[in-house]
Amino acid sequence: MSAEQKGVLTGAHYLDGDHACSEGAIVAGCNFVAGYPITPSTEIVERIAWRFPATGGTFIQMEDEIASSITIQGAVWGGAKAMTVSSGPGISLMMEHIGFAAMTETPCVFVNVQRGGPSTGLPTLPAQADMMQARWGSHGDYEIIALSPNSPQECFDLVIEAFNFSEKYRSPVMFMMDESVGHMTEKVVIPTPDKIKTIPRKFTSKAPGDYKPYEVSSGLVPDMCKAGDGHRIHITGLTHDEKGYPVMNADCQEKLLTRIVGKIRDNVDDIAMYDEDEIEGADVVVISYGITSRISMKAIRAARQQGVKVGHIRLIVVWPFIENYVKKLAGKVKALVVPEINLGQVVLEVERCAAGQCKVVSVPHAGGAVHEPETITKAILEAVK
Amino acid sequence: MTQATADACEQITSKTEEFVRSDRMPHIWCPGCGIGTTVNCFTRAIEQCGVDLNKLAIVSGIGCTGRVAGYLNLDSFHTTHGRAIPFATGLKLSNPDLKVVLYSGDGDLIAIGGNHFIHAARRNLDITVICVNNFNYAMTGGQVAPTTPIDAIGTTAPYGVCERSFNLPFLADSCGAVYVARWTAFHVRQLTKAMVEAVNKRGFSFVEVITPCPTLYERRNRLGDGLARMEWYKENSVIKHDADTRECDIDFQGKIVCGKFVDKEDVPSLLQKRNQKTEELRVKGIACD
Repeated sequence: MSAEQKGVLTGAHYLDGDHACSEGAIVAGCNFVAGYPITPSTEIVERIAWRFPATGGTFIQMEDEIASSITIQGAVWGGAKAMTVSSGPGISLMMEHIGFAAMTETPCVFVNVQRGGPSTGLPTLPAQADMMQARWGSHGDYEIIALSPNSPQECFDLVIEAFNFSEKYRSPVMFMMDESVGHMTEKVVIPTPDKIKTIPRKFTSKAPGDYKPYEVSSGLVPDMCKAGDGHRIHITGLTHDEKGYPVMNADCQEKLLTRIVGKIRDNVDDIAMYDEDEIEGADVVVISYGITSRISMKAIRAARQQGVKVGHIRLIVVWPFIENYVKKLAGKVKALVVPEINLGQVVLEVERCAAGQCKVVSVPHAGGAVHEPETITKAILEAVK
Repeated sequence: MTQATADACEQITSKTEEFVRSDRMPHIWCPGCGIGTTVNCFTRAIEQCGVDLNKLAIVSGIGCTGRVAGYLNLDSFHTTHGRAIPFATGLKLSNPDLKVVLYSGDGDLIAIGGNHFIHAARRNLDITVICVNNFNYAMTGGQVAPTTPIDAIGTTAPYGVCERSFNLPFLADSCGAVYVARWTAFHVRQLTKAMVEAVNKRGFSFVEVITPCPTLYERRNRLGDGLARMEWYKENSVIKHDADTRECDIDFQGKIVCGKFVDKEDVPSLLQKRNQKTEELRVKGIACD
């Protein structure tokens, strides 16, 4: 299905990543946003509040991030496509409701414009230090989908994918921007609606009485409905059966969690998005994501000029991790180099997948700035020795 | 039991069953608990309201009262602890045709959810909040709540509470609720009527129901069983409509002021105000049709 005409600002714009994210959400069909001001994400909700009257959406500024993160889920069960937007401290407050969305299989998007942490940290400066929080932040077992844009254009393009994944898998999706991408202004091209693919919600065609909110007919993702359609559904964060009724035992827990986790884990190949550059024959491969991927490109060019065969994998979808891909890659190279603006997070996943087949080199940065390209080049040159 | 009484009971049961998920019975509530009584009143109330049951959604938080949503045969949402109101906010704003009723306990709504409660009242959000106040956290075994009267005993205040408790009608009133009433589980007719009025009210309506928790609060404070408590409510309730909500504090074993305290007209609800704003923007060519 292509995007609806209403609200699409087709053409070339000069936008920062935050504003581009707002436009992408609108194009994706987002018609409900709840948020709370926090640097460096505020511009997203400001633009949404300004734009929504023209697109028929509803914006509400809630009393805190806890509220925002569940207000959007009420909106989804009312029939909306919804997102909330925040940064580290606010995202920490939202964690319980990321779990609620995973457990109740409520499609929604959480945008995290990452800044330095922990705690209040560096409100106006970048970091990529919430990557493991995005993966593991809420309690209990669940899988998450997380995308990481590296430009304002991608803030537009990929937030649409984030909404599409949320609908396809009935899952919360984390959109992991960072302060640099959010506040960087570049050319953003918004295509005509017919060129933009959006996935609509898959509503049940069953009659009231026959529909069960957690019954799957094919695959692992149940169809949705909305309140007011006569289905008289029950939705709970408790462990539940196909009807949505609470069932407090190990069998039901196993059945439910196996499906909820499986719908993501079994579809890593479908969800995976990454860019490859000169992987064939490489001695060293840099694995990067978000803003750091752009710094890495410069570092890689410098290393190549010195004769090193360097490849580059840029993760666009970070979670679920492309485990099998990295396992195979680790068997073919001398080293994997992982620069990220944190003290070593996604590198742990790379190490796990490499499982000792090659060197894995972390290139950490505590946050507040992006890497100096030379730091990454140096790490590549060291790694190839 | 006379035949007439038996018939009346049968009639009541069958009416209630329309609204209840019988496949979820038995419920979890203890003998003598007041929550079931309030649910009975609520089923009568929604019947009297004549509301389309397919357009009525019920939202609960966590706790004994939080289980109400699961037992009513409506679109029902059992959310996270304290967060029923923000969930309901999204549900109502995205689907304004729904009637949205919050049904939760004092700990859920007023302690962990207190911030959301005051803001929903301030916004005059178009929802009804029914707060079952049994003076303690019952699901977790009788800990003190912000509603536990001073000097009463709970497991986390074994020598008595030193904190003042919230006066819920005053809290709701001062934050802008357009309808505020309080009854006890003894006052089933008055409570039913209050629920009807609250559900039909445009804007933020609030009904507090004082109920016994014989297993925990009453037992620990040596206040007798559920029946004894009904008699106590009967003797110690003071019906005072339009009372100044500042005077509705509940002291330990003190009088309970009941009645309809607030019923305001002509205060625009959040949805009314938003619709008005959208219309203005439409005239200016900013909002879409």
